[in-house]
Amino acid sequence: MAIKKENVSRRDFLKKSSMFAGGVVFVSLLNPFKVVYATKKPKGKGKWYGIAIDIEKCIGCGSCARACKTENNVPNEPFFFRNWVEQYTITNDEQVMVSSPNGGIDGFKQAVPDEDIYKTFFVPKMCNHCAKSPCTQVCPVGASFESPEGLALVDQNYCIGCGYCVQACPYGCRYIDPAKGVVDKCTLCYHRLQKDLDPACMMACPTGARIYGDLNDRDSAVSLFIKEYNCAVLKPQLNTDSKLYYYALSQEVH
Amino acid sequence: MPLQVKRLLIVFAILIGTMFALKYFLTPESWREFGPYRGNALKEIAAQEAKYIDTKTCAMCHDLIAELKNNGEHNSIQCENCHGPGYKHIDDQENNEMKIPKGREFCIRCHARNAARPLNIIKQIDATEHNIGEDCITCHNPHQPWL
Repeated sequence: MAIKKENVSRRDFLKKSSMFAGGVVFVSLLNPFKVVYATKKPKGKGKWYGIAIDIEKCIGCGSCARACKTENNVPNEPFFFRNWVEQYTITNDEQVMVSSPNGGIDGFKQAVPDEDIYKTFFVPKMCNHCAKSPCTQVCPVGASFESPEGLALVDQNYCIGCGYCVQACPYGCRYIDPAKGVVDKCTLCYHRLQKDLDPACMMACPTGARIYGDLNDRDSAVSLFIKEYNCAVLKPQLNTDSKLYYYALSQEVH
Repeated sequence: MPLQVKRLLIVFAILIGTMFALKYFLTPESWREFGPYRGNALKEIAAQEAKYIDTKTCAMCHDLIAELKNNGEHNSIQCENCHGPGYKHIDDQENNEMKIPKGREFCIRCHARNAARPLNIIKQIDATEHNIGEDCITCHNPHQPWL
């Protein structure tokens, strides 16, 4: 069937294309571009876990990392971690050095002499349990997901060990378990939370630098902490909606 | 309807039917119970055994030593933080002895002088000068360091 060119007038063309464009705009108004959430924050009842870390209280003892390894059977060597501690050292000539020998489980040794240090502090790192988690979005089989409580979890019986999520996590919080060949990560000790026990790292912290709780509950420890202290999250520009809040976080931490 | 369209429609119908059949047989149980993942995975993760108990459970038998610790500077530290997880010990004490760390290395993980450690939070010593070669526990009781 040949197209009859003489039938298409300019008026017709403009009319049809403007109708098409109008239709597209109308449809986009009906279903506006919404933010993609891995799971929706429950309205009203239902827990929505968040974590807060007070950097000023952290003494870098590594108890959290040790307790986590024991509780969750994280392989001791090679050095994989569900949570670990980093020491940041900013020298007087503005060099930023980060060290984390064995994730901090064997303690820290400061290599820079005290008089050369401008500022130094410990930063405990762990899964941020993002609400818009980049890691769960890339899973090709649906083994990585966010629980209704807002925890990013891995279904190890379903994971194929492709490692996409390991690359997608901007915080480096996932690793492939060398024995099982599947991804492993912090669960905020989901098995302990369900038994009304504190997560292992929270229990082990001797100074109370780590706080967790229900962000939906205005009176929970973590909500009160965030209200009282001016907290920041890591890499806010990535729009991951991280739920790990740091108090006294320096700009140099990434 | 032309013959070639009819044939194509049959092929499409077979393909779509196979897709639905595959979907029916390959979708795991409890898929989409909460979202696009296996709902049973949550139960599987929750079923893992908790290894760390808590200080209150330790104090049911070791009440005096727990009281000593709770009245001292180390009151914010849980028993299992130094002695290791106690989930086996509570059922069978004889075969599952708890760790008793004695060395200097263990104490200085927290108490060695480090510029990043806030002085108002933790007492620190210079591990290279403070009674070199001695074990900390010869002077300090680990349950109440200034006893």
